[in-house]
Amino acid sequence: MQFSESWLRSLCNPSLSSDELCRVLTMAGLEVEERRPAAAEFSNVVVAEVLSVEKHPDADKLKLCSVSVGEPGPLQIVCGAPNVAAGMKVPCARVGARLQGVEIKQARVRGIESFGMLCSARELGLSDDHGGLLPLVADALVGEDIRRHLDLDDHLITLKLTPNRADCLSLLGIARELSALTGAPLLAPEVKPVAALVPDTRQVLLDAPQSCPRYCGRIIRGVNARAATPEWMRRRIERSGIRAISFLVDVTNYVMLELGQPLHAFDDAELSGAIHVRYPAPGEQLLLLNEQTVTPSADTALIADDAKPLAMAGVMGGEHSGINALTGDLFLESAFFPPAAIAGKARALGFSSDASHRYERGVDFELQRKAIERATQLILDVAGGQPGPVVEAVSADDLPLRKPVRLRTARVARVLGIKLAAERIEGMLKGLGLAVQPQDDDFHVTPPSFRFDIEIEEDLIEEIARVYGYDNIPSQPPLARMSMMPATEMSRTPMALRRLVSERDYHEVVTFSFIEAAWEADFCANAAPIVLANPIASQMGVMRSSLIGGLVGALAANRKRQTERVRIFELGRCFYRDPHSGPVTGFGQPLRMAGLAAGPTLPEQWGAPVSRVDFYDVKADVEALFAPRHVEFSKADHPALHPGRCAIVSLGGRPVGVIGELHPRWVQKYELGAAPVVFELELDALLATPLLDHAEISRFPAVIRDLALVVPQSQTLAPLLAALRGAAPAIVRDVALFDVYQGKGLGDGEKSLAFRIVMQDTQRTLEDAEVDMAVADLLAVASRDFNASRRG
Amino acid sequence: MDNLYQIVASATADFATASESAKLEDAKARYLGKEGSLTALLKGLGKLPADQRKTAGAAINIAKERIESALVTRREALKSAQLDAQLATEALDVTLPGRGMPRGSLHPVTISLDRIEALFRSIGFEVADGPEIETDWHNFTALNTPENHPARSMHDTFYLLGEDGQVHDDVLLRTHTSPVQIRAMLAHAAAHEDLETMPELRVICPGRVYRVDSDATHSPMFHQVEGLWIGENVSFADLKGVVADFLRRFFESDDLKVRFRPSFFPFTEPSAEIDVAFMSGALEGRWLEIAGCGMVHPNVLRCGGFDPEKYTGFAFGMGPDRLTMLRYGINDLRLFFESDLRFLSQFQ
Repeated sequence: MQFSESWLRSLCNPSLSSDELCRVLTMAGLEVEERRPAAAEFSNVVVAEVLSVEKHPDADKLKLCSVSVGEPGPLQIVCGAPNVAAGMKVPCARVGARLQGVEIKQARVRGIESFGMLCSARELGLSDDHGGLLPLVADALVGEDIRRHLDLDDHLITLKLTPNRADCLSLLGIARELSALTGAPLLAPEVKPVAALVPDTRQVLLDAPQSCPRYCGRIIRGVNARAATPEWMRRRIERSGIRAISFLVDVTNYVMLELGQPLHAFDDAELSGAIHVRYPAPGEQLLLLNEQTVTPSADTALIADDAKPLAMAGVMGGEHSGINALTGDLFLESAFFPPAAIAGKARALGFSSDASHRYERGVDFELQRKAIERATQLILDVAGGQPGPVVEAVSADDLPLRKPVRLRTARVARVLGIKLAAERIEGMLKGLGLAVQPQDDDFHVTPPSFRFDIEIEEDLIEEIARVYGYDNIPSQPPLARMSMMPATEMSRTPMALRRLVSERDYHEVVTFSFIEAAWEADFCANAAPIVLANPIASQMGVMRSSLIGGLVGALAANRKRQTERVRIFELGRCFYRDPHSGPVTGFGQPLRMAGLAAGPTLPEQWGAPVSRVDFYDVKADVEALFAPRHVEFSKADHPALHPGRCAIVSLGGRPVGVIGELHPRWVQKYELGAAPVVFELELDALLATPLLDHAEISRFPAVIRDLALVVPQSQTLAPLLAALRGAAPAIVRDVALFDVYQGKGLGDGEKSLAFRIVMQDTQRTLEDAEVDMAVADLLAVASRDFNASRRG
Repeated sequence: MDNLYQIVASATADFATASESAKLEDAKARYLGKEGSLTALLKGLGKLPADQRKTAGAAINIAKERIESALVTRREALKSAQLDAQLATEALDVTLPGRGMPRGSLHPVTISLDRIEALFRSIGFEVADGPEIETDWHNFTALNTPENHPARSMHDTFYLLGEDGQVHDDVLLRTHTSPVQIRAMLAHAAAHEDLETMPELRVICPGRVYRVDSDATHSPMFHQVEGLWIGENVSFADLKGVVADFLRRFFESDDLKVRFRPSFFPFTEPSAEIDVAFMSGALEGRWLEIAGCGMVHPNVLRCGGFDPEKYTGFAFGMGPDRLTMLRYGINDLRLFFESDLRFLSQFQ
């Protein structure tokens, strides 16, 4: 809502500076979003009358003007404007004036002295119009400062109104609020009924009373549709951000801005018979003023006559029934459409109008007659005409109810945390125009017809807090009964996990939850992802079911920025359809953590071998994230990953994630250079931690034996190691792989796996014989079940 | 006996001038070796008369001890010098960089969330989490925002297509973290349904939220933190106290100005916007909108299973992205979502 400060002050003028006034409005919940001057700075420009105009003797396009500025003796001014003429009144910058930073001096123009400058609108910084001098009204007072004459010391104030404050979508509404806040009197315009001069009326039939419980209409015959809009009205409308169009349109906008009541003017000659407010017939169409043809929904009220639809009620008029320059007879509409009837109607058609904006938030339902009288008077004053009587159709049962709301003084104290005397509360509410009925310490408060946001006690408490001033409510540390918060050792927080992974040289990224459909197809083989109905762009069209795509995208972006070594992780939600899952039926949306490492294992540095990060580097990271629990890795297939370099990560037999090198196909497609290694793990598995435990330490010496086994190349470690550990007698504390060898000394297709066997007893020193026997046992199992031989 | 003094003095001097072990051992031989001068004296003892032999023997032994002591001292000095020389050759350039793996970094918004959680934990708030594909009921209806409510136009909501290609109208991407309020309230009420008076509910809900909006200052996905405190006597004054306290702690600025001004949210009544103004720095003196808050609307309390006559509470919602930008002087929101390691790796 934009408006002119001086218009507001004409309705309520507290003795506050412009800054203070804006602060008062903001702190009362009418946030001033912007305040700017109506005109640029300048001085010493006055209303002047051109007394005579002669040709400049030495220049064809220049004229010699004699100008009165209200002082004895005219000024001689040289002027080049095409429209300068004797008798016209124009702005004159006197010698010494400053216009847009330039001082006007006495000057000699082609040999003739000039004592000032006659100004165009552009020269005053008022508009871009430089077609000629800015003509002033004939009755302008010669010599008056132009800033005063055109009210240029005004400000344009823009309020960012919240949707509950529809009552402040008018100057009168804002003034009413300002008056309640400051105590300055409200100077509402006096509106008197205009007596009918002709008996002509149109009958009004409310066929859809829920959508239109009140409709006022009036014929005005013989208006001058070409009448010029008065300067003051034009200025107020334009400073409210509405373009002046023609007087009859301007006057409806003016009354809407002033009182908050949208009006519509029909060309009476285009109407036939009675006015109906009704719902559309199936398939009925209407061409709107914005040249959009619409088929209104069944619950959209139309204004119609006996023959045809005329307008979409409360939203926009129709193209054919509106006024134009040839209109002689008007039919003026001032109606009330309840918020529920209008809400969403314009939005559904993809536009918004000043009328629908107001109706869907709530227009004063007792304002219609006053507004039509106000508009009639303004029309008669400027464009003449003969009004008929106002026809008012009302469906009283369908008008909004204003039920009294109970307000307890004690509740005010409880909710706000301040004690206010009952009299003070009563005074504040009355100041806002609310009807207050005291009852002991409590009140019954009935909101006025212009307030649509007061239905419960808390609404009244907010009004009290607003008028009292939020700033005046103390800011106090709360009192509470405290008990300790749980601090379990059985899980860690996501934050702790993030720190852990970042300590392993991963950088956290946050990528969008909606991604390209291609990523879902490539990295998840998901041909039917969850699709957004209204994505912001096609590459953000589907919900991710894996974090891998986002990390690969981030890798590609960093590669483009010449970052070669990329180690990143993300902790976030993934989304998939699952009829049995989740807090929201039909959707699984688990949190996961994924990581990606690409490029050199270490940052380039002296004295360290250069190697590229591989599966086993990242596997160590995954193992560390789960420590002290042991995770198992088993070979797997995954659409994103290299089929031979990919594993399922399991915890106690439950799959909790995946790790692997990105499939070469995607490395190529996404131009990644070298293959990154990625992992993606379920967050709940990562967060669970066991209560820490320990085994007894032995005081007796440990015996260590190495056992190198030659096995076929294809033999994987896990089953062999599991068998060795399973077969180990009690004295074996640990069997661990410490070397893998293939090459010289071994046959083709063979490799050697070397194990270190640590043996120790907690009660005694071991004997050589039992140690040798234990190693022999392990070797026997390896030979029997894995065809392994001891490497000589 | 004067001779003995001379021998000791001469040996000590010879040892001192021996610059390396071999020369020292040569010098030792000259005095203590088979042909050494002191050895010669010892050998000569036998020729002395018996009454002198004892005295002379004692004197020679004292001289021998002194020479041996000087020898040991010199040996150690030479060894020590040799070690010093060797260590000098082993000296490192201590200014070369250390080797190995550096640390990664946390996302700057994560760092803020961590601090926000810690600050609220310190006054007894727990952290709650909720789904991001949310039901219309939790996101709007339960928050006193019925269909066609003008407040719904304040959110441009992302909707999903069903498997049939039609728009789901009962689920959406949550437009704020406020639905977690409802989930936390319902869970709290269910957990304490057998009690006459429930313990206070204090919870914050950080997370990602989504709106159809994308420009230099808006991202279609961003972060929010919702806070909720419900009890028997929680007031607007308490809300002001908690939020102002938080903001001053978060920015570590006791002179931070905080103001509350009336606003409108369907789910709170009274409602307020919170503005802050810094007293120094680039943004000095400017009011910056930082959060929305208010007393939980009775309809919302009811939807969450709380009797509004018995309980009151406040809720607030703020943008950790914006808090982070102000905290670290970051002026482009998009940097948070571009995964640019040149930017992110600075937040170690």
